This record gives sequence, structure tokens and C-alpha cells, in this order.
Amino acid sequence: MRGSGAPVRTQGPPDGRGTLKDLSRPGRRAYSLPRLDVPETRLPAEHARHGSVGLPEVAERDLVTHYTRLSQLNYGVDTGVYPLGSCSMKYNPKISEAGASLPGFQRAHPRQPDHTVQGSLELMWRLERALCEITGMARATLQPPAGACGELTGLLIMRAHHTKAGNPRRRVLIPDSAHGTNPASVRLSGYEVQPVPSDSRGLVDVSALEKLANEDVAGLMLTNPNTLGLFEEEIQRITEVIHGVGGLVYYDGANLNAILGRCRPGDMGFDIVHINTHKTFATPHGGGGPGAGPVGVSEVLVPFLPAPRVELREDGSFGLETAFPESIGRMHGFLGNFAILVRAYAYVFLHGRDGLKEVADRAVLNANYLAHLLKDAFPMEHPDMPPMHEFVATARALKEETGIRAMDVAKRVIDLGYHPSTVYFPLVVEEALMVEPTETETQEVLDAFAEALLQAHREAHEDPDLLHEAPVTTPVRRLDEARAARHLTLRW
Amino acid sequence: MLGAIGRSSVDELFDQIPAAVRLDRPLDLPEGVSEMEILADLTELAGRNRSAQDLICFAGGGAYDHYVPAVVWSLAGRSEFYTSYTPYQPELSQGVLQALFEYQSMICELTGLEVSNASLYDGATALAEAVNLARSSRGRDRVLVSGGVDPRYVETLRTYGRGSGYEPEVFEVQGGRGGRPEVGDDVACVIVQHPNAYGLLEPARDLFGQAHAGGARAIQIFDPLSLGVMAPPGDLRADIAVAEGQVLGNHLNHGGPYLGVIATRLDDVRRLPGRIVGETRDVDGRTGYVLTLQAREQHIRREKATSNICTNQTLMAIAATVYLGWLGPQGLEELGRACASKAAYAAERLTEVPGVELLFDDAPFFKEFPLRLPRPAAEVRDALVERGYLAVPLPDADGHALLVAVTERRTREEIDGLATALRAVLA
Repeated sequence: MRGSGAPVRTQGPPDGRGTLKDLSRPGRRAYSLPRLDVPETRLPAEHARHGSVGLPEVAERDLVTHYTRLSQLNYGVDTGVYPLGSCSMKYNPKISEAGASLPGFQRAHPRQPDHTVQGSLELMWRLERALCEITGMARATLQPPAGACGELTGLLIMRAHHTKAGNPRRRVLIPDSAHGTNPASVRLSGYEVQPVPSDSRGLVDVSALEKLANEDVAGLMLTNPNTLGLFEEEIQRITEVIHGVGGLVYYDGANLNAILGRCRPGDMGFDIVHINTHKTFATPHGGGGPGAGPVGVSEVLVPFLPAPRVELREDGSFGLETAFPESIGRMHGFLGNFAILVRAYAYVFLHGRDGLKEVADRAVLNANYLAHLLKDAFPMEHPDMPPMHEFVATARALKEETGIRAMDVAKRVIDLGYHPSTVYFPLVVEEALMVEPTETETQEVLDAFAEALLQAHREAHEDPDLLHEAPVTTPVRRLDEARAARHLTLRW
Repeated sequence: MLGAIGRSSVDELFDQIPAAVRLDRPLDLPEGVSEMEILADLTELAGRNRSAQDLICFAGGGAYDHYVPAVVWSLAGRSEFYTSYTPYQPELSQGVLQALFEYQSMICELTGLEVSNASLYDGATALAEAVNLARSSRGRDRVLVSGGVDPRYVETLRTYGRGSGYEPEVFEVQGGRGGRPEVGDDVACVIVQHPNAYGLLEPARDLFGQAHAGGARAIQIFDPLSLGVMAPPGDLRADIAVAEGQVLGNHLNHGGPYLGVIATRLDDVRRLPGRIVGETRDVDGRTGYVLTLQAREQHIRREKATSNICTNQTLMAIAATVYLGWLGPQGLEELGRACASKAAYAAERLTEVPGVELLFDDAPFFKEFPLRLPRPAAEVRDALVERGYLAVPLPDADGHALLVAVTERRTREEIDGLATALRAVLA
């Protein structure tokens, strides 16, 4: 059976294909500008452009049809379940969009004087306080425009702390299952990466960690629950080992959504925390961004936070302060992705103290339920512990039996109507299927998604070509990535 | 669902969290509220801001009140775009991928350079990435920055440099522009902002020539909306061009999300940071788009990646694509001419105010220019706000300098109004 396909557009007028450039006709235009109401001035000849820019010439009608069609070729959370493990693609409340679009936020200029933007500054102050309460940190910066930038911010704070103590140290420890941004950020902060092995249960091998910990170690980066979706039970021991050699422990907030209101990184002994607002507080991911990556720190690290910072002044007003001599400096041209922070604020205060805990409860329940439905076909890599908000299953057995790989399963799931899970991550698990249903999916959706995976599993034995050839219901079928890299065509 | 998994309560699923680290109290946050209440709260906060909605905005210095046409967010705001993830499953992401391919193409057309990427965070962090690219490409360490570069960009470089092992060195400008970088054989790059942080046009060809003579990469920070009337970075012989792309259809948003634009020459494509979209074929021979050259990226190369960037500003890039499609070549030129003409008119009117003069005589500018005031600029700014106008002070001239930016949005009447207000404030 061919399948009905994930809900993206596959049909359209035959002339609707091609790029915007293909629609260009000389003299056609979409723009309108007011008639010039001052004398015309030309730039000095040495600075002037010769000839016009090679942009397409199209009518507004063409523009609208073209990008509407492109949008319809795309699958989003609003289209349906989007169970990408480690990505936390949950529903993005529309009220957050409405709030961010209020003209007082949307049209505020970042260089306005403080007294004219008290609303923005108070919002940032309240959000910072809330994030500190949620993570157990003393203060936070909202500047980093994405999680990876948050990582770099945290690591530069770590470096500043050690430098002040007389030695920046050399290495940062990272579990072998960590997200790729961790080692890349470590490198950018001037440290060397030292991988830490996992034990047979999928947790940090604490005895190996003890052997690696010494005074060359600046710190450890860790997610908890970890990348396998498992809670590091020995977290206190882990943070003690690192603190014992004078290191700092960094919490990668990728999985903070699993523990909201249940426990806090600060209470586990972490010194630095970054938060991915799209994962935990449902800010939209925009097809790849924008994000926001606030970073919280413990009391001793507050002097190193980036500047400017929002501070509450004695007269009760809010101001941007820059006079922090030990600050690592600036991580963004202005104040960070402010309009994303507005959305995060809306989400935090809409849910409130109990609502946030329910977010975690529901996310963990959904993941456990889905893992249960799939356990015979796609067993969890580490079934001894219940997963938290996501789980890593493996198609290893299926591959051995049928030659069908995790990617084939994912592509078949597309033909059956769904966005598939993450595949081949984390790298330490063979034929990984990393599934994160999030709290916003209903039991009915989880049942149907599981059934699609189970159907693909059956078909792998009965009619494997359905999987080899999938997807067949999409605007394009499997794309030749090797060709893309070999014959570079990066522009029209 | 609990029954199916053999549990009696959700709490059991959290049993693996050691008791000692469990939070034994509710979070110290307010109770959740209804949608109506959160909207009321946000409306109250937004209402305490003044903004370009109620102030006539002559503020510049890196963010500008250009008009955002209705079509931009009507299209970029379609939820199939904004609620999607990074396009890891290309068959379900052709919309975002093709839009990014078109974005890369338009950035190449604008800059006269050969390759771009799927966006970086903002102008300042794009510059930090460009410096990493130049240092790796040249295998040299030192970074020279013109004194005409926005100090916020230099501060950002200083922060990033702490990790990467360099300290940006600022060379002095004369009369707000120019200068002579000493490009020794250990210099990786020379950075020039053109138009610069004062709004002035730099002798960019000459400065880039000096960079090349010393074997360094020339990095230009440009204004995308200047390129309808100004010679593009490629023609000026810049090797790497970066920009704050906010002006391309993105709202002021109190500083973000904005758009980091980068473009360079093809030789350095494997050193570019971030996502890059490439065209390819599917198994049936149809044209399609994928993320390509992923061997540069953190999820494959880990600590050997060219950058740590993962999430970028894709949605802003899509908005920029729609915006540039709306403008087209003629619109871009007409808009550039409007900005330049209105700024020239504003400079003329404002310097008629007694005691007000151009900070740098005879220096050409595009859409913003610095004034020297007879009073501290911060005071003047606040007094102008009282009268409904917004402009940005500069630290120069002992705090007596004011930067005035004039976009296509400002009318002759508004410019005249600013001159009248300034006259009243200084009287």
C-alpha cells in the first residue's frame, strides 16, 4: 500500500515550480514607495553602484502564490505530531505570538533610553527571576540568541572563573552521548574536549569520571535527563567529583522540560545552566531558528555574566547596567532575541507553578506510553530504567532480520502520514530512533503514530520495497545528498 | 495510559530522581492564568514601552525603522514555516529549504560574492564568525578593526576572542573614517564597516587594498539596503561580507530576533559556519533541496566543526527573502535613493539649527549622520522624546554627538518637525 502521506502539498499548477527567479519578468514589480518628497541626492560617484542588483522582478501576486506554495511543501507542528527526539517539538501557543506582536514590543528600538522601555525591561526582569527559580540559579542572562550560544556563554564564564583563580585549566569533560554543539562550543571557548564513557545502563560511568577528574579539568557538561532520556541517578556523586577537583558543572538545558517543578539543576549541584526556550517554553522554532538560550549561574559566577544586564534600581525602575568589570562582555549585538523571550514569558506565566509541573508530568507519561507501545518492535536501547520525556529505541534487530534500516523506517512513516522521529542520534546507539512525543500530543495521536511505526515494522518483513522506496507521497522523494555536496549548487 | 504502562501514578515515573535532589515544594511562581489574563499582562507591559509606534523614529546605530510591507509576515508568518524544525527530513521540508536556497541566492546577488549560508544570529555574531573564518583561512592570528566599526560589534569580538585566543585591535580613524591599518604578516583580517557606525562612507577599496597587500582577508560590515545605490562588497574586493539583516523585513523587536548575514568567496565555502542549503535531485530526477556540506557542522564534526551554531535565524531569512522579492531591483534602488536623499535633506535642515553642526564636515554618508550639539546628547535625546522624536546619542565629542538615521519611512514633514523640536530643545 502506497500510504496517504504526511500532510504536505504534492500537487500544484505545473507552472508553479521553480524558484522565484524563474517567475521574474523585466519590469514587473511588487513594491510601492511614496513619491520622494525632498530633493534627490546622489551618492559620490566613487561609492555608487553600477548596474542594478540581480533580484527577481515579480508582482505581489507571484510572491504570494510562490511562498504560499513553498509553505505548503513544509511540515510544521501545526501540521501534526513532530516527534523529533532531543528537539522537543511541542505545540506553540498562539497567544505567545499575539503577545510578541504587540506594537509596544514589536516596534521598540533597542537603543531607546531605559525610561521609555520599562515594560520590556520589567518583562526581562520577571522572566529572569522565573528562570532562576525554575533552575535553582542565582542570576541569569537573556542575551544568548540560541542554545549553542548559551553554551559558549556558560563556558566563557567558566573560563573567566578559573582565570580569576589563576589558571584557566585545559579540558572540559563531555559524555560520549552528548549533542554535537557541546564539543563545538568547548572548542570555541578555548578548551579541549575529553569524552566520558557511558556505562552499560546508559549513564555516566562514575568510576571512569573519577579517573578523568583532575586539576586540568575546567568542568563537566551534562544533560540530565541525559541524551538517552535517562535520569543520571548518581548526579550528586558526579557533581561532587567535579567540585572536588575545583571544576564547575554545566547543565545543558536541552532536557529541562522533563523535570520542571520536580527537581532543579541548582539543587543537583550544577553551577551553570542554559535553557533552550523552544524546547522548554514552546517558542516556535521557525524552520531552524530563531531561538533563545538564557544562561543561569550560581551566586559565585554572577560577576562574570554578560553585560548589559537588566537591574532593578532603588527607585523601583529598571535599567540596563554595563559596569561589571569581571563580565565576559557581550554575546549579542543588542539584548538577545527579545521577541522570543516575550513568548517564553507568556508560556511560563500562562502555565504557572502547577502548569509547568504538569508539562513535565505529561511529557514523561507520553514518552513512557509510546515506548511501551513500541517495545516489541523497536526496543529501548536501555530498557532497565523508565525513560523520562524521550527515549532511544533501536532498529538493530530489524536491520539484522531484514536489512531495513532506521532511516527506511522513518521514510515509510512519512508515507503513512507522520513526521518521523530523530534517527541515528545519539551516535552511540546503533540504528537509533530517538522519539520525543512531548506533552502536547493526545493518546489518540500516540496510538496512531505507534501504529504507523508498527506497520512499517511488519512491512519490513512482508513487503520491504515499500520501505526501500519510501517516501513516495512527498513533493520530492529521497534526495541525493552526496550529489549536493559534490556538485555544489548553493545559489541560482 | 498509566494502566497500559503498569503504573498507578505519574509520580512513580520520577522515582529515579534521588530524594535528596527532589524539589519538595511547589515552584515559587504564580498560579497559571487564562489566556485573557496573560494577554492583559503583556498588553500592560507593552503599553509601558514607548516605541516607533508613537515616537517618530530617527534612531539608528544598527537597527532601523524601515517599512515592513504587509506581505512579508503574512507569508513568513505561515505556521508551516514558523512551527517547523531544522529541515532534517528534506522530503517534508522543501518549503523551508527552497526559501533558504533563494535567500542564499539573493544575498549573493546583493553582495556580489559567491556563497552565503542559511543565516547566523545577528550582525555582531556574524562578524565573530567571519573572524573565525578569516583566521582559519589565513592561518594567522591578529584581527584589525577600524575605529569606525560599531563598538557593540567590537565588544562582541572581544568576548568571542577570549575563547578563540585573539584580542581585536582597533586602528584609529581620521575625521570619522579611513585610517591606516598596519597589516603585518601575522594579521588575519582587517574589518571595515561601510557605511560605518557614524553612517559615513569609508574609502573601502583603499582599505581593502591595504588588507590584501599584507595578505589579510578584508571583511566588510555592510548595510543590505544601501546596495541598491552603493557599490557592493564584491566590487570593493571584500573577501567576506557580513551584515545586520534586521533591515530586510524584520521588525525592530527591541533588539531581536534579527538576522546575521554572511557571504564570502567560493574558495572558503568549507570554512563557512552554519547551515548551507544545496540543490540536488531526488531518485526520480526531480530538483530538490537539502542541507549540504554538513561535514563542516557540529552534529557531524563535533569539536572540529567550523562553528558551534545549530539553531540560526531561518525565519528571519525567509522574511528577508520575501522582502527582497517584494522590493526587486528597482525597489531596492528607489529605497536606497529615498534614504540617501532624505538623510541629506535632514542634515541640511538640522544644521540650520543654531549651534548644531555635522560632527565630521564634508564626509559623505548614506542614511545616517552624526551631529555635534551644543549640549550633552543624552539630555537632548530625552528632551526630544518628550516632543515625540527618537534619536541615538554617541559617546563622541565628550557626549555631545547625536546620530540621526533617516529611512524611507520618514516624511519631509517629520524631518522638518525634528528640526523644529531640536531648535526648541536647544533654545
